[in-house]
Amino acid sequence: MLYAGGVDVGSTQTKAIVVDEQGQIVGRSLMPTGANVVVIAEQAFKAALDQGEIAEADVGYVIGTGYGRYRVEFGDDQVTEIVCHARGAANMFPRTETVIDMGGQDTKAIRVRPGGDVLDFCMNDKCAAGTGRFLQSAAAALEIELDDLGPTALRGTKPVRISTTCTVFAESEVLSWLGRGRKIEDILLGVHQSIGKRSFGLLKRVGLEGEITFTGGVTRNAAMVAALEELIGRPLNVSEESHYMGALGAALIALERAIGATTGAGEKIAAGEGAA
Amino acid sequence: MTVATPSPIVGRGARDGADLFRDWYGDLTQASARGEKAAYAFVMGSMVELLRSFDMNVVFPEINSLQTAVRRVSDEYLSEAEDHGFSPDVCGYVKADYALQLRGGEHPMGRIPQPSVAVLTNACNTYLKWGEIWERMYDVPMITVDVPGTRGAGMKPSARGFERDRLYVEQQLREAIEVLEEVTGRPFDIDRCRDVMRLTNEMNRDWRRVLELNRNSPAVYDAMMDGTVYLGVANALRGTEQGAAYFKDLVEELEYKVEAGIGVLPAVDNGSKREQRLIFVGVPCYPIFRRFSELFSEWGGVFVSSTYTWFASGGLDVNFDYDLERPIESLAEGLLLGVQRAVDAMLFHDTALLEAIDEFDADGVVYHPIKSCRTVSTGLADSRRQVLDNRDVLCLYIESDMMDKRVVSEAQLKNRIDAFFEGLDSRALRRASAAAGGAS
Repeated sequence: MLYAGGVDVGSTQTKAIVVDEQGQIVGRSLMPTGANVVVIAEQAFKAALDQGEIAEADVGYVIGTGYGRYRVEFGDDQVTEIVCHARGAANMFPRTETVIDMGGQDTKAIRVRPGGDVLDFCMNDKCAAGTGRFLQSAAAALEIELDDLGPTALRGTKPVRISTTCTVFAESEVLSWLGRGRKIEDILLGVHQSIGKRSFGLLKRVGLEGEITFTGGVTRNAAMVAALEELIGRPLNVSEESHYMGALGAALIALERAIGATTGAGEKIAAGEGAA
Repeated sequence: MTVATPSPIVGRGARDGADLFRDWYGDLTQASARGEKAAYAFVMGSMVELLRSFDMNVVFPEINSLQTAVRRVSDEYLSEAEDHGFSPDVCGYVKADYALQLRGGEHPMGRIPQPSVAVLTNACNTYLKWGEIWERMYDVPMITVDVPGTRGAGMKPSARGFERDRLYVEQQLREAIEVLEEVTGRPFDIDRCRDVMRLTNEMNRDWRRVLELNRNSPAVYDAMMDGTVYLGVANALRGTEQGAAYFKDLVEELEYKVEAGIGVLPAVDNGSKREQRLIFVGVPCYPIFRRFSELFSEWGGVFVSSTYTWFASGGLDVNFDYDLERPIESLAEGLLLGVQRAVDAMLFHDTALLEAIDEFDADGVVYHPIKSCRTVSTGLADSRRQVLDNRDVLCLYIESDMMDKRVVSEAQLKNRIDAFFEGLDSRALRRASAAAGGAS
């Protein structure tokens, strides 16, 4: 049996996925990235192999992605997370035409062809407003665990208006709302709506076409999903694997190359690929 | 195509351009040492033909400023200007020049003489406030020529409205000549002006030929990297024997490269993988200029054209030659056409870009809005959408600055550029597959 791997070294977390010859996920792992990127990439990949009970020698190709992709030293090649998220999203939701990926320091809106080839993309500029880091700042200011952010925000009824676009200044703005006696849930609802609006702006720049798939670590936050869906006016594709979408896309591209190396063909295994 | 053994003339344009540029700064340094002053002018609408008629030293503050970034010292100049109260959001070129004035003209390429007069147009709204700084610092006159922009659908020289605009500019040039006579203490010599205009005409024709030659594949120069050297010579030595000779030689070199099939990328790369032909929109990222270029060339990207070579060439790409029989009238027409072309190339380039994509067989367009110049960055998002809607090319939108490395993040630039090329490669594979009958 031939396997392939994808390791997504993000600014906050490192994700690894191993897929089998059919492109099915057989192992996964997730770890905080930390300072030693080379080691954490190796550990994440090994943990995914262990989970799938797969020997490293059976893995035909590994691709590194994310900001730390060049530190996946055991990998065979590197591909940007933009391309990997697009491929992963199109594999999981084959009718995907637009992807919104919200990670630790980047938010990306990506237009894709059927099969996941990137048509166009836009990212936040050199500022972490509208990214997961913005949520982390708010959580720190309010002394709330990240996992509690979404459920707390969903209890909000009168959202405050977060006007700043700076992640650092957002923290002081959150504190100023606290000082004015506003409830934590209303402040957090405002924070989510603020981030949602910035992401919505990126989506409009690439075009709100067809099914929209939401990927990245922030997909686990139900309030963020709700805020985006309200702005877009239709449901988003979200799955349990959305957090791993970059690593999945990397593993699928790795699988194509592994198959190509053995057959000389390198056909794409993602549904619908090849349509012009 | 057979690749011939490179002739010694290959690379001559880059070498001679660098030498000429060094010499030009050497001349300015000597002028400063002799206590001579200079006319300060701008690349868009420089009116250099008039200034050279009076044998004035000509200084281009925009070029001085960008050179501080290329020489990796712009941050020192910017900080000094900001210490004096300039906002981080103000044009980096203005701030670097202001600090240069504070330093008595000290520049990494030499010493810049003080201004005796400033000559500018409204091609860039910052020019006016910039000129006022010198006016206050040195109590020197500032000649501002108001050049009407393109009206309606773009009036051609034969139209009545165009002639009214030309007369409006001509009258201002006649007033400018009077001021220059006063500043220099010498009368205007119309025959000397004709000589300078003739040399500009020669350069003008060769400049257009240079731009045109990159329609060939492989591309014979990189319009962003090499193009900036060519632009420097075109502006600094416009209307001189040296400048005209340089472009004559450059055309010879580039025509040779076309004939011999010598491209920008190494021949082996050209043979194994087609170059990705790109058009650059905006001003380059000078604080990491070479690296910025490598981020594209490492993927096989070559800039075949650049809006920078359109708007920063002072109108040299306009298909226009001065009429030496009616010099002042013709200077006005050239200034009007040149400034209109420059402004349109910055703000209304969508149609020109579509034409360039076709003419240069481009695969992609790279938009580079910069933080400290809103004039050149305005409307790029709209232009990008227009291009994507009308041509099957990929577009990249990356932001940094032409002077301020505090807002240049190489990691973020690289991530976007890598994804752009992955998309181009994927598209090339898909097209190859379709050509082979493999597409569904």
